[in-house]
Amino acid sequence: MVGKGCFSGGQRYVDVCSRLGFCAPVSLVTAVAMQHDIGMSHSDLTILVIDENAIRASIIEEGLREAGHGRVTVIHEVQGVARIIETLRPDVIVIDIENPNRDMMEHLFQLTRTVSRPIAMFVDRSDTALIEAAMEAGVSAYVVDGLKKERVKSILDMAVSRFNAFSRLQRELAEAKSALEERKVVERAKGILMKMRGLSEEDAFALLRQTAMNEKKKMSEIAQSVVTAAGLLM
Amino acid sequence: MLSAENQTGSKGAPSVSKGEGPKVLRAGFIPLVDASVLIAAAEFGFAAKEGLTLDLVKDVSWANVRDRLAFRQFDIAHMLSPMPVASMLGLGSNPSPTIAPFSLGKGGNAITLSVQLFERMREVGELSETATALENAKALAKVVQTMKAGGEALPTFGMTYPFSSHNYEFRYWLAAGGIDPDRDVKLVVVPPPLTSDALAAGGIDGFCVGAPWNMVASERGLGRIVAAKQDIWPSAPEKVIGMRPDWAQSHPEIVSRLLVALDAAARWCDEADNHDALAELLADARYIAAPVEIIRHVLAGEFSLDAKGNRRVIADYFTFHRGFANYPRPGHALWIYSQMIRWGQLEFSEAGMRAAATAYRPDLYRAALGAGPAESDIGIEGDRDGFRFMDGHVFDPSDIKAYVANFPVGSAQASGLDD
Repeated sequence: MVGKGCFSGGQRYVDVCSRLGFCAPVSLVTAVAMQHDIGMSHSDLTILVIDENAIRASIIEEGLREAGHGRVTVIHEVQGVARIIETLRPDVIVIDIENPNRDMMEHLFQLTRTVSRPIAMFVDRSDTALIEAAMEAGVSAYVVDGLKKERVKSILDMAVSRFNAFSRLQRELAEAKSALEERKVVERAKGILMKMRGLSEEDAFALLRQTAMNEKKKMSEIAQSVVTAAGLLM
Repeated sequence: MLSAENQTGSKGAPSVSKGEGPKVLRAGFIPLVDASVLIAAAEFGFAAKEGLTLDLVKDVSWANVRDRLAFRQFDIAHMLSPMPVASMLGLGSNPSPTIAPFSLGKGGNAITLSVQLFERMREVGELSETATALENAKALAKVVQTMKAGGEALPTFGMTYPFSSHNYEFRYWLAAGGIDPDRDVKLVVVPPPLTSDALAAGGIDGFCVGAPWNMVASERGLGRIVAAKQDIWPSAPEKVIGMRPDWAQSHPEIVSRLLVALDAAARWCDEADNHDALAELLADARYIAAPVEIIRHVLAGEFSLDAKGNRRVIADYFTFHRGFANYPRPGHALWIYSQMIRWGQLEFSEAGMRAAATAYRPDLYRAALGAGPAESDIGIEGDRDGFRFMDGHVFDPSDIKAYVANFPVGSAQASGLDD
């Protein structure tokens, strides 16, 4: 599947590279040359997902596979990414923007850029709504030069919606967790009031609620101060 | 918490006139001591005094800062001084027009090498404890030559971003010692807060980064500081405030008030009496999340070179305000441009030179603050004592090509150490 033109393109790149003293991902550019020379069908796009969050990464991966992309690779850390890019030759790289190693990717692309501008962030800057939605969702993408907008848009749309769904899930989980914590502390405060003031469970609860209303605070906050105070006094 | 009223006298906070949108500015920053002016402006009342609220957003990478500014999630951002220049030249994976009307001051960077590498430099290079930055670089060249001769793996060094003062300063220092940064060593990017861990893990053999991370590594006994930014070129710009030119154009009054607020904050940051309060604030988890003691030493320029107690005090290690440190000099943008050419990031062109110079906007600075330095915006650099480059070269912006060609080491020169 390697065409002749591709090889010479790659070779030229290597020559220029060694002249410049650069030696980074040579075959990334070869991958570009390949596409230009022989073309590829839509589902043939090679996608690299870099996400330190393994759960989110697998959600993205699943989404891509469902959309018919068979060549998806997921990595959780950027250690050794240069070599992975070299062997994998991805057309699209999806990376979470909370990843501090984005600057390292930037360096990598800068090394290849001197020759043929092979990597751009996102596919088409004219689609600012999509790009803003992506940044908002926390996802960024690098796309090999020459890929048509419509071939990448669906991948980005999918990544954005899955990132958003994941954030929603995380938020809900955090809320559920804190609700559980709040209930626990109210239970403990109730127990302390029952024991120290000889109240019934209903009265202890009513006292907490009334105090919270009087002080314009959440019941869990009042309960926490009861627990803290009891810890100090006993 | 202190307020600006206590520092500069009480005055009512005038409101921004209608038509320029909300007075809340979202500002991105990376946790570094050189974000001090921005953080102080937000926290000590200087922005409020100008009727502005700075909503500071801590970010994890320069690429994010650049993209969030480009895609309007940030109004302004703490940026590396070469970033607006690169943007104006169309360099990087997402170049979007960016201007800098204000510099956040000078200083703060240093180069740290692993104690093992430094030990070899001392053996081979007969270094004294008080060796200069240039002597250190030459000693490293000898070690690298030995490594090459012995077929050892070449050292890997970390910097922060392809368009960073750290990249150009590290390269400048290496090259001044006779080392070709592209052939004799390997340069990689390491996020600043991870530098000392990467050094500890042996992933890198040294790095160039801003404060406080050099001192964090030396205090941990992992590294030896071999050069400070001042040693390489004392005038070198460090961080700037970046913004989109269209935004600046449609918000002239907000820009003006912002610069007044930043100027007042910078003046405050320069006062040694305020450093305890500043260190306390910066150490907070919302900002740098590093030990307050280290930040205090960094602000005072008191360097622990290593964990053995070798110390060095660098006067003006940070200059936040004095000597028009905040004035964005287009001549400095041109020096950055010259280094981009020197290291093969692009080729010289008249159009490129003009584009690079437009990244820095002294006109906005003067419009807001009504003053500026007496020297011309684009002038000779490094020709006076106290402001020289470590290798003695003089930068003449009127002949950038000759300046670049004059360096013995550069991407166009067949240079470096013999194998």
